[in-house]
Amino acid sequence: MSSTKQPLPAWADILLIPLINLCIAFAVSSMIIYLIGENPLEAFKVMIEGAFGTSEGLGYTLYYATNFIFTGLAVAIAFHAMLFNIGGEGQAYIGGLGVAIVLLALDQTLPFWALFPLALIAGMLFGAAWAAIPAYLQAYRGSHIVITTIMFNFIAANLMVYLLVNIFIVPGSMTPESRVFSEAAQLPFMHEILGWLGITISESPLNLSFIVAIVVSILFWIYVWHTRWGYALRAVGFSESAATYAGIDPKKIIMVTMLISGGLAGLAGLNEVMGVQHKLMLDFVAGYGFTGIAVALMGRNHPVGIILSSILFGALFQGGAELAFEMPSISKEMVFVIQGLIILFSGALAYMSKPWLEKLFSLFASKKHSETEVD
Amino acid sequence: MDFALNDLLSMLAATIRVSTPLIFAAMAGIFSERSGIVDISLEGKLLAGAFAAASVAAVTGSPWLGLLAAIGVNMLLSLIHGFASITHNGDQVVSGVAINIIVSGLTVVLGMAWFHRAGQTPTLSSDARFMPIDLPGTEALSSIPVLGDIYSKLISGHNLLVYVAFLSVAVTWWVLFRTRFGLRLRAVGENPKAVDTAGISVAFLRYRAVLIAGILTGIGGTYISIAQNASFIRDMSAGQGYIALAAMIFGKWKPLPAMFACFLFGFLDALAMRLQGVSLPYIGEVPVQLIQASPYILTVILLAGFVGKAIAPKADGVPYVKER
Repeated sequence: MSSTKQPLPAWADILLIPLINLCIAFAVSSMIIYLIGENPLEAFKVMIEGAFGTSEGLGYTLYYATNFIFTGLAVAIAFHAMLFNIGGEGQAYIGGLGVAIVLLALDQTLPFWALFPLALIAGMLFGAAWAAIPAYLQAYRGSHIVITTIMFNFIAANLMVYLLVNIFIVPGSMTPESRVFSEAAQLPFMHEILGWLGITISESPLNLSFIVAIVVSILFWIYVWHTRWGYALRAVGFSESAATYAGIDPKKIIMVTMLISGGLAGLAGLNEVMGVQHKLMLDFVAGYGFTGIAVALMGRNHPVGIILSSILFGALFQGGAELAFEMPSISKEMVFVIQGLIILFSGALAYMSKPWLEKLFSLFASKKHSETEVD
Repeated sequence: MDFALNDLLSMLAATIRVSTPLIFAAMAGIFSERSGIVDISLEGKLLAGAFAAASVAAVTGSPWLGLLAAIGVNMLLSLIHGFASITHNGDQVVSGVAINIIVSGLTVVLGMAWFHRAGQTPTLSSDARFMPIDLPGTEALSSIPVLGDIYSKLISGHNLLVYVAFLSVAVTWWVLFRTRFGLRLRAVGENPKAVDTAGISVAFLRYRAVLIAGILTGIGGTYISIAQNASFIRDMSAGQGYIALAAMIFGKWKPLPAMFACFLFGFLDALAMRLQGVSLPYIGEVPVQLIQASPYILTVILLAGFVGKAIAPKADGVPYVKER
């Protein structure tokens, strides 16, 4: 009896299980909404319409998705090397600092086409630098990267408060914010770009960094699956000792992977600082680093999956804001509950349904088998 | 001179008040991690406990029922964490992150639905809270110069849960190092296979460990909302769970050193409050943010192995898969 268990077909593993997990997460969320005294179906309808119903809503959805693609890719590349980078939050924050430093220093002298690549590189470099110390400590001193990256999130938060209150603040102002960048240092919004092409859409914070996110996703795919570095990275993730025998230095791979991871997270700072806020301010990361964990888990660490789940989470954030507006008894923090449930069911409990499915599939398989035997 | 003593005493008393929730959470972390279950969700559990205690105390008017509710809710969260990481061998960090995010959202959502205030519970009267108590003999000893001050200002005058925190350290030490259960718990965190071979259930031991963590964080959360404060405020745990995690590591997964690490971090916090905007001779103004970040910086330095070495239980964070 027990030997009839067969491995699941690939489509079930890749599509069915994530779908089941998502359904469980939404079912539990519905239960909570029901307990609050609202109709869950009605609530999800409001969310979907808010996220996709108008071009403005869609713009917001994709703007949130931009951040999640960056932080999701950051978590994913580390996962491929079996590293858990929980510090996307801090790396994005410091990445934004890098972007702001470049723009504040040069926005009076350089044109946009020069500022854009400089800011992009600065964001990546600063994000990478913030990941460098935890990476070094993991690779060469054996300190657990989960703990060190958590600690670095808090150090980043304190550092940014200090810098904004003492250095970047506009003299005489009470709010800890930098001055607004000049026009040349602002990424064009998508409604502007499409406007030049003669297409009109509603205004939204969606900007050029969405295109950057798509390009980076493609580069991610090439790097991880079609270069020797990506091969080495996955080899280390699969088995550190096997990789060592194959002549790969795991320490170096850990360093490089974490630097890329931090750089990717830093780009979320580009979207926020250069694309939307046009100034450096407190807490612009707003949990996007943690959402990246959910996005990477749901997207199975693959760029296509990450883009799709980023759009799902973008819709959740945008729809959640709409929901709080339409149903005042549900606050917009409901989104975090749904997000947490998705992390729980598609991350920690990812394979809860697997034994059941395996039984189900082997049942079908044995039925087929017995039918053919009769023939 | 008298002024300096008073200053120091009020500073130390503040340290104790700030350290109390850290101690509960750190002891919870020790139980969990000594059994091999990493618990990032200390933060979320403190927050959940704070919300449960404040809500129930607001409705019933009884701090004791609040405490009970906080313990109950956190034991439930522990069971979820256990279900994911013990029964289903899921990633313990992922499970912890999930719990933290769920709690930070759910406390605001439920607070809004139940009390119609943005992530707050009604302010509690002193009957519904744990209030400072004077230990016996405070009056009699107050006439003695230095000793009387120390007794009345530092040792006496805290609320009940502060003394429970000290007790929890002693109990944690005794359970871990002086009972059969503690021996097995430590063994299961180092070498679960050996424990399994001896015919003891790894899963049951670990479930008990995370449930104890639930109880302790429940008391810690209760302290934050209805002893230290008079209501629940959104995200009021404010990273204390992570500081407790750092303190546990700093104390090398041992109860007494972890308690002292909590005091150190609590002292730094009290210091940061006191030094806000104060200019020191020779040094000038010390950035408050630097002091606030110092627990994290110190922990990273310790983890780097430059000062001593923090070695986690061997099977910490590794799911135990029984071979068949």
